[in-house]
Amino acid sequence: MTEHVDPSAPPAVTADVDEPPTPRPPEGEGASTETLAGFAQRWWQGVKTGELGSLPIIVGLAVIVVIFGLLDDTFLTERNFTNLLLQMAAIATIAIGVVFVLLIGEIDLSVAFVSAVGGVVMTLLLRPDDPGWPWWLAILAALLVTTTIGFLQALVITKAGVPSFVVTLAGLLIWSGVVLILTTQASTVGTIRIQDETVVRIANDFLSDAAGWILGAVAVLAYALAQLNTARQRRASGLFGKPLSVIVLQVVGLAVVTFAAVWYCNQDRGVPYAILVLIVFLIFWSFIAARTRFGRHVYAVGGNAEASRRAGINVDRVRIAVFMISGFMAGVGGIMLASRLRSVATNTGGGQLLLLVIAAAVIGGTSLFGGVGRVVSALLGALVIGSITNGMDLLGLASGTKFVITGLVLLGAVLIDALAKRRRTASGAV
Amino acid sequence: MATVDTLLLECRNVSKAFGAVQALYRVDFEVRRGEVMALVGDNGAGKSTLIKSIAGIYPFDEGEVFFEGSYVNIHGPRDAAKYGIEVVYQDLALADNLDVVANMFLGRERTRSGFVLDESSMESASRETLNGLSVTTLRSVRQRVAGLSGGQRQAVAVAKSVMWDSRLVILDEPTAALGVAQTRQVLDLVRRLAERDLGVVIISHNLHDVFECADRITVLRLGQRVAQLEKAKTTQQEVVHAITAGTLDQVPGMEAAGAAADA
Repeated sequence: MTEHVDPSAPPAVTADVDEPPTPRPPEGEGASTETLAGFAQRWWQGVKTGELGSLPIIVGLAVIVVIFGLLDDTFLTERNFTNLLLQMAAIATIAIGVVFVLLIGEIDLSVAFVSAVGGVVMTLLLRPDDPGWPWWLAILAALLVTTTIGFLQALVITKAGVPSFVVTLAGLLIWSGVVLILTTQASTVGTIRIQDETVVRIANDFLSDAAGWILGAVAVLAYALAQLNTARQRRASGLFGKPLSVIVLQVVGLAVVTFAAVWYCNQDRGVPYAILVLIVFLIFWSFIAARTRFGRHVYAVGGNAEASRRAGINVDRVRIAVFMISGFMAGVGGIMLASRLRSVATNTGGGQLLLLVIAAAVIGGTSLFGGVGRVVSALLGALVIGSITNGMDLLGLASGTKFVITGLVLLGAVLIDALAKRRRTASGAV
Repeated sequence: MATVDTLLLECRNVSKAFGAVQALYRVDFEVRRGEVMALVGDNGAGKSTLIKSIAGIYPFDEGEVFFEGSYVNIHGPRDAAKYGIEVVYQDLALADNLDVVANMFLGRERTRSGFVLDESSMESASRETLNGLSVTTLRSVRQRVAGLSGGQRQAVAVAKSVMWDSRLVILDEPTAALGVAQTRQVLDLVRRLAERDLGVVIISHNLHDVFECADRITVLRLGQRVAQLEKAKTTQQEVVHAITAGTLDQVPGMEAAGAAADA
């Protein structure tokens, strides 16, 4: 009897004479979204029902740039722009992992000190003679350590059923202790210099002007091809594809932003290597989140873990993988931070790092309630938080004032998230 | 009457106890291909236990289950899925943050080269299934489920359950939270499932709905089957009487519970 439920079979003949078998209205989605106007209208409809996407963040960034640009002459200079990129690169990198954790509706409070563990492990392994590992091996080992930390924490969370908040809070303390132990053992002054040129160059060296242009062009071209390919495939299977006008607009928009950034960096020292690393991870993880089965499961677990379980998704395995991603990206960010300072110290990973990273993910538009957000929000949020920090530093504000303002920005982002969530729920409860 | 080859599911003498509570006692239950079998009874009559056992959530203690004429052993939800038994629970099990297509393929996503989602193929298949069931109320299959009405969600959940070669679809109170027009749509949808030669079990408290869409009605009371009626040959009064005062083979504990009437 199988053939009767084959979804590809034509609609079964029904006794229902009132309803024709294929009564799809002519004004269906195909017609109304093929045009630019239809597309824009649908987007605005989404915004009104709480699908804010990156809208608040772009508005926020514009406001910040204008305010600090007016208040301080150096804020908009090429040199400061490049500095800002260097400052926020590590935050954005770590925040990518946090985005994944937030997507499944969990939290990872240990990322800052896990990143420090990564930096310290790498630095210790790089010491000449003791043991004097090559840079790539030291980096691999550090990433292996931080990924394993994520795995262990996830084991406790999933197998013992302890909330991630508590487990990673304990992790925060444990890994800060480990950083202290390792650094004080290795050095009496508590600071260990990185003695490898390649590693130091990650966050202190720049692409040549030409390389910057080429990479920018490659990125824009790849984006355009991917978009066109998707649209073509959809049309080939009889579905409506994104209208060409929208694709062109998006590609042009990306090209303008990318080339402007490259040009501005080239006016100074060039595009930092750290940004190249960040962009590569950003594209990779965006692809994983949006286009793969694993990514779909991440969103599903964050949206409704019980439904995912019943659908046969191994929820625990998804959770474990996500915490491993968080550990891995924390490791990458920790290496960037260590490279930027050319050293690690007893206080590495401390201070505001954790707050800034989580703030970046949330400000970027990732919901704390799980299931909503995009990987790119790590970059957008880090840009906001980085610009604010950078701008306030330039203005020479007192530490207290800076904390209050940063806290208020975070609070504002969380409020927008909560209000948008209420909007989504309200529009869903018809 | 039911011949062997039209019988899809047959439970013979199934029992299930939770500790001292006898939830089901020697119940016979059957569903034919292409029919809607309503399962009715007061709270605690054993309706949920019966369908959960059929779905493999917890196995029967005693009794035999036959599916398409052969003896089967259902030990878990995966076994049930293997035979093509799909349950649409009351809470629907949809992820609000995902769109209709993603929900219909949840856990069984189609991929190209192993891990990259094949969105076009999933979207086409979702649309075909929904069209095949004449579900016309959805604005777009790319809409997030959060933005759907109760009836639309129910339609998505039902459509999801028939995508997978299913032969028996069990619906737990599909109209409980719906308005008049949406209830109408869901009941029509239930009829269409039967027209596709699937077996359908519908649990409902609403006898009006039951008489709208069912072919036969099984009445449970205090864990026992007290009646199996043909809709065409019965009345609501008869069903209500069976629900509240149907004759029991064996009286568990005290008699008092039978007094509570619920229309």
